[in-house]
Amino acid sequence: MMPPSSKARRYKDRIAFGLCVVCIAIAVVPLVSILVEVVANGAPALSTEFLTSPPGVIGEAGGGVGNAIQGTLILMGLSSAIGVPVGVLAGIYLAEFGNNKLGHSLRFLNDVLAEFPSIVVGILAYSIIVATTNIGFSIGPLSIRFTTGLGSFSTIAGAIALSIIMLPVVTRTTEESIKLVPATIRDAAAALGIRKWRATVSVVLSTARGGVVTGVLLAVARITGETAPLILTVLGSNLFFTGLTHPVDALPLRIWRLALLPYDYAREQGWGAALVLIIIVLTLNVTVRLVTRGRYSMVRSRI
Amino acid sequence: MVLKEQQRKEEESFRERLLGFFGHSIFQFISTFFGSVVAVVLALMAIVLVSGSFPVLQRFGLSFFTGVNWNPVIGKEAFGALPYILGTLVTSAIAIAIGVPISLGIAIFLAEMSPWKIRGPISQLIELLAAVPSVIYGLWGLFVFRFWIRDWIETPLSTYFGSIPILKGTPFGLDVLTAGLILAIMIIPTVSSISREVMMAVPASQREAAYSLGATRWETVRIGVLNYSRSGIFGAAILGLGRAVGETMAVTMVIGNAIGPAALPTSLLKAGQTLSSLIANEFNEADPTSLHPAALIGLGLILFMFALLINVFAQLLVWKVLKVKGGSVE
Amino acid sequence: MTVELQIETVKPANTQAFEAAGQGKTLGPFKMQTDKLNAWFGQNHVLKDLSIKFRENQVTAIIGPSGCGKSTLIRCLNRMHELVPGAKTTGNVLLDGVEIYSRRVDAVTVRRRVGMVFQKPNPFPTMSVYDNVAAGLKLNGVRNQEKLDQAVLNSLKRAALWDEVKNDLDKSGVSLSGGQQQRLCIARALAVEPEVILMDEPCSALDPIATAKIEELLTSLKEQYTVVIVTHNMQQAARVADFTAFLYLGQLIEYGETTNLFEKPEQELTERYLTGKFG
Repeated sequence: MMPPSSKARRYKDRIAFGLCVVCIAIAVVPLVSILVEVVANGAPALSTEFLTSPPGVIGEAGGGVGNAIQGTLILMGLSSAIGVPVGVLAGIYLAEFGNNKLGHSLRFLNDVLAEFPSIVVGILAYSIIVATTNIGFSIGPLSIRFTTGLGSFSTIAGAIALSIIMLPVVTRTTEESIKLVPATIRDAAAALGIRKWRATVSVVLSTARGGVVTGVLLAVARITGETAPLILTVLGSNLFFTGLTHPVDALPLRIWRLALLPYDYAREQGWGAALVLIIIVLTLNVTVRLVTRGRYSMVRSRI
Repeated sequence: MVLKEQQRKEEESFRERLLGFFGHSIFQFISTFFGSVVAVVLALMAIVLVSGSFPVLQRFGLSFFTGVNWNPVIGKEAFGALPYILGTLVTSAIAIAIGVPISLGIAIFLAEMSPWKIRGPISQLIELLAAVPSVIYGLWGLFVFRFWIRDWIETPLSTYFGSIPILKGTPFGLDVLTAGLILAIMIIPTVSSISREVMMAVPASQREAAYSLGATRWETVRIGVLNYSRSGIFGAAILGLGRAVGETMAVTMVIGNAIGPAALPTSLLKAGQTLSSLIANEFNEADPTSLHPAALIGLGLILFMFALLINVFAQLLVWKVLKVKGGSVE
Repeated sequence: MTVELQIETVKPANTQAFEAAGQGKTLGPFKMQTDKLNAWFGQNHVLKDLSIKFRENQVTAIIGPSGCGKSTLIRCLNRMHELVPGAKTTGNVLLDGVEIYSRRVDAVTVRRRVGMVFQKPNPFPTMSVYDNVAAGLKLNGVRNQEKLDQAVLNSLKRAALWDEVKNDLDKSGVSLSGGQQQRLCIARALAVEPEVILMDEPCSALDPIATAKIEELLTSLKEQYTVVIVTHNMQQAARVADFTAFLYLGQLIEYGETTNLFEKPEQELTERYLTGKFG
């Protein structure tokens, strides 16, 4: 009754393999094309002038993205300053105290926020920090009135928006890294009579240091490329950094604006800016992956 | 001497214990506080979106969600989000329809079929796709990809099948189809890596069972692995959907930016608009004294609800699957 | 206390032992045999020049302490060993006199003809009882509903499971008890009409009652199939097997009719294992 193992089945196996390879190709081709185009089109635009001067007059060639590079670096630093401490502490919370209902819910919400549209985060930052909102309410004879928001697009608004985007990623990776620390290390610390909280802060965290740093670097790489929230918070500008409460430019914003201008020089500058951006982002990414080769794959897969 | 030492020891231990006790509580309190920030952020988001869009919702009510006209001019306002809701749905549907099968193929290749040595390099390469910023996808899409699609896909489609309603229109490259396809590429890293994790969590005994029946490699994948990982893969696809829905920059640069009734996605080869792309395009020029900003925030509210629904659903699925298969794979 | 023995003092069974065992009985030919089989996991040399034969329509038990290579041996018999990365084999394995590792032989066919039941029952959880049993048949292209029904019925009967599940064929494969799941796996293996059935400690995860049911099954199975069963339970081997082979550190130490081996082992090592001096 059993037909012999037929050629058809063997062909199906081969075809399935072939299709899978095709899928890999379909994914790799765009990646290669993007890298090639960015390098080929962007390299001619690079020059000291391009990298250090602010934009020139619209419609005329010249000028550069110096202020955008500065803005991006400032935003990276500021948002890390806000997002990293909060994220690391939140990650510690989840790893150490998060085995109850509250912890599970917070972890869940964290994962939900991680996949959220960044433009909605931008709206949040806009509403609270950029727009002036008059909030007032009265309870009986007591009436409270205050105003939130600065009334203008600002660097700090952008930094906060980016730190919100960064937060879930840092939290997740910190938690994973702490969980990777073997129980024996905690046991050793306890046996030496070190209090649990002290043990966590000094011993466990420093052991988990590598994973935490990995997560932070990858989170920074991710927010460096974010554009949408910046549109709503920092607006962009043609000047170098003028203050936390003023608008600032950033590479992704500048790329977008340049891409939409109908001039040739703008297109060239756009590719140049893209090249600078991709160098920053890929350097961060590749360095992290090379340095932590093999280890922390659990951490990396959570980005 | 001994007594003094004894006394000192007692003092020390009391002080230490005090510090230790409070230290622990303070530590717990601080970290719980920071752990709750995410809940506060999400709550604030909801509040801000609802209150910010309230003026528009109050004025237009349900027709905000079902209307198709879009006119921000004071005195002639009309705000209808339907074209953009549909635009988001259609582009995301394309992204899933094309991106998920490709991601599955990649995941199967990396988890089951490829020789061990090349798995590392290839999966790193795919992960690199996720590292490229969205605005650079948009730039590439605007100047390179759209021509590929226009010349290799849209022109033949239009020539041979141009009479079918969803393929009507002059192929120009900046349209719903291109946006959907670029989204498909962008969700590949996410969907394929989660699918791969899910597949690797399938116990070896399942594959052995299939092989021992005399199954070929592909058949083993089919009955031993894919069946088992069905719900996890579905969760991965939903997460991909969440990414596609929320994506802004790449879409706004290749979708053609239509407004109002012209933005209704009646054809794949027509310019369109999604919820997020319209917000990005119009926010900076919106007159703060008009209802325009509120309308845009209203679009954000719709987006928020979509994203919440999709992400919660996906997380439930992925969590359930990965937790059940062995807690460490999380 | 660990027992360390020099390899030189151990005399592996020679080929005459295979012919000698079973003298005076009408026995069929040798269905499967290995000749100087060596197997590695990476650098780990697990089977060393192993030559063993299995008589058709008989139950052969393979016993020995943990790590002696019992599981590796039977996984070489159906070419499952090679699925592990870093695994390697040299030597010959013959089925009906034909080398199964030859390039002209498809591993898929070998695995169909030489079926396997695993230590922990592994039915496909997303499939019903019916679909589990039919899985192998569908892979081989059997589509006719009647034929499938008939085959499922026969397999479940032969695995002594039919009466217990005949009204629940649509239930999920994992909704059965442990013992029933294992018999389901046996039925699934039987459905593709193998010639040899390999069993890797099939009862170690089951309770005594379920174990007894499966042991009962083996006596009826051997009428149609050649059975090779790996077991760490010596009493089980004594109960079910016609022939027993004793393995130690990847080498065959002794082989013979079960009663003979247990009552009058020829090798000192065998005797020490059987009397529990090491395990």
